[in-house]
Amino acid sequence: MNISEIENMASFMRRKIIDISYECGVTAHLGGGLSMVDIMAVLYGHILRFDKKDPRWEDRDRFILSKGHGVLGYYPALLAAGIISEEVFKTFKANGSDLIAHPVMNLDLGIESSNGSLGQGLSMGIGIALAARRKTRMFKTYIYLGDGECNEGSVWEAAMLAGQLKLSSLTAIIDHNGLQSDGESNQIIDNSNIAERFASFGWDVVSIDGHNVPEIVAAFDQRFQTGKPKAIIARTVKGKGISFMENDNAWHHNRLTRKTYDEALECLGVPATAEG
Amino acid sequence: MMEINKRNARQWSRLGSRGVFGLALTDAAADHADLMALSADLGNSSGLGRFQAMYPDQFLNTGIAEQNMIGVAGGLAKEGYNVFATSFAPFIAMRASEQVRMNLGYMELNVKAVAIGSGIVMGLLGNSHYGIEDVSVMRSIPNLTVVSPADCAEIVKTVEAAARFKGPMYIRLTGGPDNPSVYTEDYDFEFGKAITLREGRDIAIIACGTMVYQSLEAAKELAAQGIDATVVNMHTLKPLDTATLDKALEGTRAVITVEEHSTIGGLGSAVSEYLAPKRERPPHLSIGLPDKFVKAGQYQHMLDELGLLGPNIAQSIGSFMHSLDMPISA
Repeated sequence: MNISEIENMASFMRRKIIDISYECGVTAHLGGGLSMVDIMAVLYGHILRFDKKDPRWEDRDRFILSKGHGVLGYYPALLAAGIISEEVFKTFKANGSDLIAHPVMNLDLGIESSNGSLGQGLSMGIGIALAARRKTRMFKTYIYLGDGECNEGSVWEAAMLAGQLKLSSLTAIIDHNGLQSDGESNQIIDNSNIAERFASFGWDVVSIDGHNVPEIVAAFDQRFQTGKPKAIIARTVKGKGISFMENDNAWHHNRLTRKTYDEALECLGVPATAEG
Repeated sequence: MMEINKRNARQWSRLGSRGVFGLALTDAAADHADLMALSADLGNSSGLGRFQAMYPDQFLNTGIAEQNMIGVAGGLAKEGYNVFATSFAPFIAMRASEQVRMNLGYMELNVKAVAIGSGIVMGLLGNSHYGIEDVSVMRSIPNLTVVSPADCAEIVKTVEAAARFKGPMYIRLTGGPDNPSVYTEDYDFEFGKAITLREGRDIAIIACGTMVYQSLEAAKELAAQGIDATVVNMHTLKPLDTATLDKALEGTRAVITVEEHSTIGGLGSAVSEYLAPKRERPPHLSIGLPDKFVKAGQYQHMLDELGLLGPNIAQSIGSFMHSLDMPISA
């Protein structure tokens, strides 16, 4: 995909997020899902190698949503990529659905792992990347973390080991939106120097604007120093694209009413009279 | 393949649980290229020194970071490896409990979490290193098979079977060097199939880990007192072999569970969970570790203090039978 196609994909995903959040009729992690959209569009539109007809393809790149509550940024990407069908997508948060508030491992749906307990994805990523190295396979492993998630000590256990093992096929994306469940990260555990932290653990780090598609593409495409795992620190806006949600933590986990749904569509440039 | 015979059993017994675990895993690695061993900086303590030397590519020290170790094991398992991840019981079953829950339980990844030094064998190292609650925690996680081998020969059997077994498992090693032997010749071992070592008409003793040997000793003493005991080696705590249990309980006057684990949540609990709903069931005495952090001491001293050697197990059973007003005379 080229830049404008990726941007279109991101717009498509935002619309899907708003639709599905309203249609599911219950609360959803809107803020942290919306902050992911542009990066996820780049990943699924341009970077990741996969076969939508065969999600189990052995040489697919592995993607793990370590910030498991970010499914609203994830399922629409799987939909846009053609890995899951509209029919499956529509089951979001229905009783017994495969698509609930945190990913449940399901390779047929392109979901590599079960998450929801923060701080575990990077460890699994190390295991996967090590397996690739041992088997001399070329696939790459991408782990998507939240900045709040990086409060978890286990993230740093993994960060240390990945640096030590020089796992250059491993890339961590840190969704640095500066907010976590209870408020502003810098009031809770200040992570403004998160790039330096990863660098000091032996990672190759690049900091980018996580909503600037060309910048995101460049970060993924850029050749990093070989022999180091890569960390992309993406400065993002929680709730990005829906003005009344942006940087408002009330939308960390919330429910759309008919009124807020219409307002959200308006933010996306969709007429408020659109069919729900 | 490691042959179980008198000579090897004697040698393994001297070497102890951890050493034999390491030998068996090294032996298994020869036949299983997909086998990997992970340690959170306790490779030597886990008896894996030789494994590291012989199969450096199949070994990884994750550093002193058990949570990460289990996650890394999960990732490797996801990509087709059969991963044995080892540490002391509390560090793997409790510190990394949630990683075990997500990776081994929820995702059913092919990881064998191996707890070395479980029970109270860590002696003077104290309660920080004891495994007194590990079965309770691991047994309650869905999808996990929980195994507690009776002696060094059964550790060999367990490792061989686990190297072939595809699925998540918690393996609990009890006992130390000079581990008494239950088995001195080869026998059929299958996860989930308990082994009746002795048949008696009066009572049934169900034991696991080190307590299998002690229960056999107790049964000898009881026999001298005219109490004829069945002894079952319930090496797999989950899934519990209820068929063998049913058979052992036929016509029995009491069931006694014996384990080197807290009486909360372990073998005793598993057996009582099974028996509780039954209309006809024998009285149940649960022998194990008390619900407290005990004063530390040398292992043998502690087993004695806590009533977990053959003679004091026999005594507890005798008193129990009296308390039930069911003394048995020959």
